[in-house]
Amino acid sequence: MRNSSAEHNNMENSIINDFVVKFANTNGTGSASANNMFAKAIMRMGIPVSAKNIFPSNIQGAPTWYEVRINEHNFLGRRGGKTEIIVAMNAQSFVADIEDVADGGYLLYDSSKQIPEHLIKKGIHYLGIPISTICLKEFQNPRQRQLFKNVIYVGALAALLNIEFNVLKTLISDQFKGKEKLITPNIYALELGYRYANRHFSCPLTYNVERRDLIGNRIMVDGNTGCGLGAVYGGATVVGWYPITPSTSVIEKFASYCQRLRIDPATGKKNFAIVQAEDELAAIGMAIGGGWNGARAFTATSGPGVSLMAEFLGLSYFAEIPVVLVNIQRAGPSTGMPTRTQQSDVLACAYASHGDTKHVLLFPESPCECFELTALAFDLSDRLQTAVIVMSDLDLGMNDHLSAPFIWNDKQKYDLGKVLSIRELDNIESYGRYRDIDGDGICYRTLPGTHPNKGAYFTRGTSRNQDAVYSEQSADYVHNMQRLEAKFATAANIVPKPEICSGFKNTQLGLVYYGSTAQAMLETKQLLQEQGIPVDLMRIKAFPFGNEVKKFIEQHQYIYVVEQNRDAQMRTLLSSELNLDPLKLAPILCFDGLSITATQICDDIMTDIDSRTENLTESQEVV
Amino acid sequence: MSFAKSKFKHKSLPVNDLGLTYREYEGAISTLCAGCGHDSISAAIVHACHELSIAPHSIAKMSGIGCSSKAPNYFLRNAHGFNSVHGRMPSVTTGANLANKELTYLAMSGDGDSASIGLGQFAHVVRRQLNMVYMVANNGVYGLTKGQLAATSDKGVKNKIGDLSLFNDIDLCTMALQLGASFVARCFSGDKAQLVPIIKAAIAHQGFAFIDIISPCVTFNNHVGSTRSYDYVQEHVTTGAVTDFVPIREEITSAIPEGDFEDICLHDGSIMRFHKLDPDYDTSNRLKAMNDVEEHKQRGEILTGLLYLDPTARNYHELNDTSDMPLNQVKQDLLCPGERVLGTINDSFR
Repeated sequence: MRNSSAEHNNMENSIINDFVVKFANTNGTGSASANNMFAKAIMRMGIPVSAKNIFPSNIQGAPTWYEVRINEHNFLGRRGGKTEIIVAMNAQSFVADIEDVADGGYLLYDSSKQIPEHLIKKGIHYLGIPISTICLKEFQNPRQRQLFKNVIYVGALAALLNIEFNVLKTLISDQFKGKEKLITPNIYALELGYRYANRHFSCPLTYNVERRDLIGNRIMVDGNTGCGLGAVYGGATVVGWYPITPSTSVIEKFASYCQRLRIDPATGKKNFAIVQAEDELAAIGMAIGGGWNGARAFTATSGPGVSLMAEFLGLSYFAEIPVVLVNIQRAGPSTGMPTRTQQSDVLACAYASHGDTKHVLLFPESPCECFELTALAFDLSDRLQTAVIVMSDLDLGMNDHLSAPFIWNDKQKYDLGKVLSIRELDNIESYGRYRDIDGDGICYRTLPGTHPNKGAYFTRGTSRNQDAVYSEQSADYVHNMQRLEAKFATAANIVPKPEICSGFKNTQLGLVYYGSTAQAMLETKQLLQEQGIPVDLMRIKAFPFGNEVKKFIEQHQYIYVVEQNRDAQMRTLLSSELNLDPLKLAPILCFDGLSITATQICDDIMTDIDSRTENLTESQEVV
Repeated sequence: MSFAKSKFKHKSLPVNDLGLTYREYEGAISTLCAGCGHDSISAAIVHACHELSIAPHSIAKMSGIGCSSKAPNYFLRNAHGFNSVHGRMPSVTTGANLANKELTYLAMSGDGDSASIGLGQFAHVVRRQLNMVYMVANNGVYGLTKGQLAATSDKGVKNKIGDLSLFNDIDLCTMALQLGASFVARCFSGDKAQLVPIIKAAIAHQGFAFIDIISPCVTFNNHVGSTRSYDYVQEHVTTGAVTDFVPIREEITSAIPEGDFEDICLHDGSIMRFHKLDPDYDTSNRLKAMNDVEEHKQRGEILTGLLYLDPTARNYHELNDTSDMPLNQVKQDLLCPGERVLGTINDSFR
């Protein structure tokens, strides 16, 4: 086969630092660390980069893709469209992968076996490297023969895309710190690919990278690491959990940081307790038991786990027990698409459980915020004596993102809320668990074991009076429910305020978004500006909505609510909670399981504007 | 309720080491049916805790939902209680225990709560070796919903309205034994002389202690034909030994009983003393205990008393190597690694 790219000089029409590279692999072949090294090399060259792992709900043998977007304008959401460079290592997806290459793009593949003629498509360049043959010749160990295939294509890409070889060498050394024996063969494999590409193709390709200094102090990390570490910093000690994709790594990260940072220096014992529960019911039950007893306790779950936890969330609301739940949303309903992303638990979480219930939700946009909001969730939950749910998602949680660094200030002190000490109990005349002394709906609680004969009460999910005594009196019940409502109003004032970007003086258009949709926003703004559509932006960070949210919506005539679910759940929540006319809120939705793109948002907004203009014109004609 | 318990303390009431009378271990007045077996269990708990001189506030009363789970309100008013979710008491107790290992966890559940909706949580809390006393007030019937058959109802019996129990019963003691509980007993709520020392021993035991307490329901399961009625249980109950409990502080020599007896020393130094009625009685043999329960059942008898005890078993916190200080008391400086460490962590992601 002919390598057409070898025949012309690529430098003239070079496209620098703005393209997508997609790796098509088979899961279970060790490609993840090589692909990750590729993305990290781009970052270490000072160029903004994002990486998305599109993986199956399977352990071995199914197709998986790793999509790396390189963009020096920091447009780091998923770009969509066809791909400039595909590394096609999976025979199962080979045909589809060829279809996915953009015109003028490149397909790097293992040419150890010749590919049939009918798969040669015009308009794209084929870069064949006999990767398996090279591995067979160079390595004896079967495991190495498999693993180094991945390293070889990364080496080849270094030559093809102009990646500094030293950057990759340093990454290898960093990765195998402590296992130095592995450094030399890995670098050798890199060189094999690098040399082959240089010898057989005209390097670099049209698409290539150039060193920049655009990273600043940013880090590249996944959101679940942020949540796990945020829980360590937030002081969580008690964890009940049940493994479920994509939330599992929240607890795994928490556990590994605890092993490192939470062993008591004096005794060598653990300042934490993590129990893998029998199911999600038990997982949140444990967290609630811990919260009731005054420890900072949490659990993490996804999809079906949220449904199972609903009953206990109702108990947390009604019996007023602090607990933190980290929900890494995935595509539902039911088992849905367990390895695809969505923001489709907004309503299920806001109103989880039977009866009139409402829960505090926090919406992180980045790994840095996953850290910050998870730590904050413990303060809010102790302060408000209720469940606080951190609403991340699969894309934010499991993919590596370029993010501001994790931030902690040593002056920050945990807010443990209204908990009476033995001395405070001694100093009060009488105690009632549900008396609203301060008028903010938040009452004083006591912990078991505090005082020999004052402050004990019976915690229950049944109706009770202000002194925690069982009551079926309508007046007691109504009073309590209204106080819980007042407490929720207090919550609206203390949860994080929205982030508002209203650069346009005269625009009447507002765009509302939340969570991981944020990564598409910088690009969306740019695309809309290019179309001459000025839009003010508001990123919602929490539910209940504070005044700022209401004000932003009131100040604009027409609002787009951008979200990643089918039913426009945030739009429903906004219109019902703020008593807004739903017609004022136009939904922009993506629910295909892949993260939303700026192009789609912009196209949908343009379509909406066009149709509204048409309608306006038609109605005018009728008049 | 429009009436309240008298707070009058008679001077002649005996006080324990803490200077408290048993009145200070009581709770609110019971709203259960008059004659309910559960009230006898509450009374036994009051006496056991008083006699052990445990500070009431160092106890946490845990329960699920059902008649049984209301009971904690009727003892130990100075202890916090948690009437949680149906079948989920074990997980809530697990979390509470992880947070503070210093409290004594007295949990009260029922046959619906533990053998039906909560069977999974029951099984797993046994496996976890949580240091707690798990009591099931087992009446073989759903009381609060008015008389449906329970999973512990014997096969072939009829409930009050004549529904026949078609399926095998679940024996929670056999399950607890199989799952590795280190203290397993079966008692009859009507036998205070047996129940009180066993509750005391269960509290002293520093591991998972399970007591299945046959506790007749006077309203829905006390009819002729029931195998959980007062009359039936009284006629069919049997035991391998008469049990005494000798707390650590008491001189053992002060109460040498007559006849043959065997002592077992618990983790905290207190003693369980058994006056054997059955010469083969042996609390150290788990398999024999399972067998004994089944054999008695086949003979139509209810075997009560301590069935199994492993005083050396390690509990959850020993297995987890949890810090000595209860986790809910560890301060921020030990929990939060701080700014400088975070800087190093950030560097690892560059």
